[in-house]
Amino acid sequence: MSPVLNWVAALDWIPWLLGVPLVFALLAFQFGARLAERLVVPVFGLGLLAATGLALQVLREGPQQHALGGWGAPLGIELYADGLTALMLLMTAAIGLAVVFYSRAYFRDDGRATGFWPLTGFLIGAMNALYLSADLFNLYVTLELLGLAAVGLVALSSGSAALAAALRYLLAALLGSLLYLLGVALVYGAHGTLALAQLTGLLQPGPLAWLVIALMTLGLAIKTALFPLYFWLPPAHGGAPAPVSALLSALVIKASFYLLLRLWFELFAPAINLPAAQFIGLLGAGAILWGSWLALQQRELKMLVAYSTVAQVGYLFLLFPLASFAPGAEAAWNGGVYHALSHAFAKAAMFLVAGAMVFAAGHGEISRLGGIGQQLPLGIFTFALASVSLMGLPPSGGFVAKWLLLEAALASGQWWWILVMMLGGLLSAAYLFRVLRQAFLPTPEDASFRRPPAMLVGSAFLLSLVALGLGLWANGTLTLLRVGAPFAGVTP
Amino acid sequence: MTPGLLYAITGALLFCLGLYGLLLHTHLLRKVLAFNLMGSGCFLVLVGLAQRGGQVDPVPHALVLTGIVVAVSATAFALMLVRQLYVETGRATLPGEGDDP
Repeated sequence: MSPVLNWVAALDWIPWLLGVPLVFALLAFQFGARLAERLVVPVFGLGLLAATGLALQVLREGPQQHALGGWGAPLGIELYADGLTALMLLMTAAIGLAVVFYSRAYFRDDGRATGFWPLTGFLIGAMNALYLSADLFNLYVTLELLGLAAVGLVALSSGSAALAAALRYLLAALLGSLLYLLGVALVYGAHGTLALAQLTGLLQPGPLAWLVIALMTLGLAIKTALFPLYFWLPPAHGGAPAPVSALLSALVIKASFYLLLRLWFELFAPAINLPAAQFIGLLGAGAILWGSWLALQQRELKMLVAYSTVAQVGYLFLLFPLASFAPGAEAAWNGGVYHALSHAFAKAAMFLVAGAMVFAAGHGEISRLGGIGQQLPLGIFTFALASVSLMGLPPSGGFVAKWLLLEAALASGQWWWILVMMLGGLLSAAYLFRVLRQAFLPTPEDASFRRPPAMLVGSAFLLSLVALGLGLWANGTLTLLRVGAPFAGVTP
Repeated sequence: MTPGLLYAITGALLFCLGLYGLLLHTHLLRKVLAFNLMGSGCFLVLVGLAQRGGQVDPVPHALVLTGIVVAVSATAFALMLVRQLYVETGRATLPGEGDDP
């Protein structure tokens, strides 16, 4: 390997991933948007470098640990990174960097930039901290930090609708994290430790374990907007400024899903039974069908994309029933995580390009978007590429994810999830083609278009290319994911 | 029944009371107060359950202090949003949830 890679792999990157975004947020808060705009590209570039460095270390040496300030568990805060953590950090850093380029153009001479930059710094810092945390209470704190930063970003839009959306989101997020915290209190009361590594295997089947599982799963399901608890998501994601929608829909809901994944396969594993896993899967199936149906009814472009998130979240939750049988568990785990990754890139690209389309047309009504294909050819191409991944067509990352999930369903004989996935694919094609069809219609007489800054479409295009590339280079990604993966221990 | 368990059960009751308020009240100030009640209930469970064998466990105290800081920040933020909504619409309820008597 080249000397540069050796140097990158030799540093301890974990503190950088936490410190750099937080310091940036403080500086941006204190010294305003002008300084933030100058600092933000090197800062987020450094973030991507740090995430890459950590991923290389994980790939070469296995899971990494870091005792913050030299204080290890159980009293200090111990950070931990395995393949899943490294992938999530890479996803956050890459999408964050693209959103930064987009936002510099989008918020030019806009008062909202004053709030946007510090909150984005806090959001990314909180997410990195969440992915790296390895004890239950630390995870609670990062979950709250993340929620508060996200609600602040939603409240950036002016008007009472945005405020109501922000409040609804805040109340849902607080309810979710308190349910989670009560679960933490019960676990600590029963076992006297908070470190995930020490808790693995301790939770035995019984009323206490089931209460803990129910509380934590419910709390995190609210935060991930699982059907039927999605009520807060569409107004918050659909009404926010486009770069905020991209951050929320692509990244923030993945953080609570990641936490649920960790808990379910490490802490809960001994106490999980088949009906519980099937029930979660049923909610996921409900999300896929009902979310797609609602997306089909939307008139506003960004609301359609937001409801598409409600639907796509459903696929993530199919992981739980599919991974509950030994044959197919590994494929289910890989497929679920792969879906989280490829959805993040595709959805970020789609929200960003939707923002560019709304900018160009001056409104977001789908039925009046005729001719946008001529005005923004690259923009529509980006939308189509992101759609390919969301529908799960080859050769995109979404296709690999669905393929793995289908493989798991076949291997474990759970054919009913296959039907749901196929129906979901058809429905997503139906609502996405509504937009694509409209874009290629002739321009209406009264339509007028503005030219959006090139960076708006450019950064979205790069993200959609990554979503496609995830399908072509799946092997490397899956090798990284395999480091420290827990699927071997899920046999019931 | 040990005092610790008594605190924990009180905490669980407070949590449920808060949950009821958060879900069923429409006035936003009541919702924010209910959230605080839920938080306090959670902290009581945390401190109460951890007192086993008459020994006081210091870890939950540190956790509850952190939790209080988080709850205060969240409450301040929520109150700011509620006030802003009141300035914009003249009501302290979410649209579509009706007026509080």
